[in-house]
Amino acid sequence: MTTTATGTEVRSRAKITARTLRTDRWWLAPLLTVLGLLAFVVYATIRAFMGRYYWVDDYHYLTPFYSPCMSQSCIPEAAHFGRPLPEFPGFIPLAVISLPFLLAFRLTCYYYRRAYYRSFWLSPPACAVAEPHAKYTGETRFPLVLQNFHRYFFYAALIISLINTYDALLAFNTADGFGIGLGNLILLGNVLLLWAYTLSCHSCRHIVGGRLRHFSRHPVRYWAWTQVSKLNARHMQFAWITLGTLVLTDAYVMAVSAEWFSDLRFYN
Amino acid sequence: MSTMRDFRIWRGDETGGALVDYQVEVNEGEVVLDVIHRLQATQAPDLAVRWNCKAGKCGSCSAEINGKPRLMCMTRMSVFAPDETVTVTPLRTFPVIRDLVTDVSYNYEKARQIPAFAPPPDLRPGEYRMMQVDVERSQEFRKCIECFLCQNTCHVTRDHEENKRVFAGPRLFIRAAELDMHPLDTRKDRKEFAQAEQGLGYCNITKCCTEVCPEHIKITDNGIIPMKERVVDRRYDPLVWLGSKIFRRRS
Repeated sequence: MTTTATGTEVRSRAKITARTLRTDRWWLAPLLTVLGLLAFVVYATIRAFMGRYYWVDDYHYLTPFYSPCMSQSCIPEAAHFGRPLPEFPGFIPLAVISLPFLLAFRLTCYYYRRAYYRSFWLSPPACAVAEPHAKYTGETRFPLVLQNFHRYFFYAALIISLINTYDALLAFNTADGFGIGLGNLILLGNVLLLWAYTLSCHSCRHIVGGRLRHFSRHPVRYWAWTQVSKLNARHMQFAWITLGTLVLTDAYVMAVSAEWFSDLRFYN
Repeated sequence: MSTMRDFRIWRGDETGGALVDYQVEVNEGEVVLDVIHRLQATQAPDLAVRWNCKAGKCGSCSAEINGKPRLMCMTRMSVFAPDETVTVTPLRTFPVIRDLVTDVSYNYEKARQIPAFAPPPDLRPGEYRMMQVDVERSQEFRKCIECFLCQNTCHVTRDHEENKRVFAGPRLFIRAAELDMHPLDTRKDRKEFAQAEQGLGYCNITKCCTEVCPEHIKITDNGIIPMKERVVDRRYDPLVWLGSKIFRRRS
């Protein structure tokens, strides 16, 4: 049996030379995915290395892109967990403790894998559209075999979500006592959606109960599994929504911090 | 109301073939398989097509319609624009026998390699009562009608014939998941089998199998990813491994 670059041209198969006979706009979804992910990566990179406009002193807003801030380079009030780390040069982001884990959590996420394998690696670009690669070994070899470590990054993301929650709650305690502003609602909404994304993770679903064989012997874990399963069905939506809320939250904190506009205050 | 519609059907066998144009009468409410049958009855009596139930339950009439893997009996003509040419080709992942009929024996060969369901040997009929919650995950996979659209659309073998040797495909992954999740199955090596013999690691979870499943089985989310996670338990998670050694328990 002769194999060629595209498997559909194997001799015994129907002789159809077209890469695909699909007539719909199959290229649109991967194109939008590329544009969406690239836009986030560019924004996040610029902000992570900017090194300023991450803290609003009046209202104690800290952007999630700089949490936890634990370097001597951090503004002291923004360092909710102290500043045990030395000063960082400009090429190291101030949230270097959390950002690599968050990046790895999303990179190894089952949804994002689907998204970038399709849209960036074209493997395949869409269903029943031939991919351009001559060979394919999937996730059986280094480095893609490392995708199997997703659950460890999930554990890290849980801790970081707790830290983000703590940051959001601290922001209600302003220099003049308890207060609520639009920034608080944005920070809180972002944290809630980050929890939704983190807890809807496929690894989380497996850990809380998916690995069981006898649900009936573990009613609490079964209940937890059913709840996570409901969230899991929307994992893709949460993946995209949280990219948006992260940018929105960070941009709002940056704008208020840079005094482009002032925070809309509801109370105090 | 009937109209004349343009069809392009792939005609040929493994020595060669081409798309042939036809104009066929189409009536309101018909599906693609009805039109193919009319074509057989009126213009192309030698057109080879496999079909059986005409109700989306036997999985026989799988084909590619305008490039998308679908069941001909479940594809309504009303989904196409009146002036749209409907192109019907055989499944492109399997060897063609003639016209729209392919040889799908690869799938049965892979199915035969899976170790059979293994209940406890000393369990007698009637001794075990299963709770619904324990078997409902496996039951989802039992909806499979073996149309092999998922096997056909999976790029691992569709675009790489050489992978057929090492890759079983999504239909067989949900069979593995069905057995591994079954409360009465006693085999402990299904995860290793899925990884080492079925080629689970080749799947890059791009979800095309789920997209084309006519039974709407969540093949990726409920079958493949849970199996991948179970493999991670055994191969890549030292905490789970250590816990199973210390507490000597099996989930």
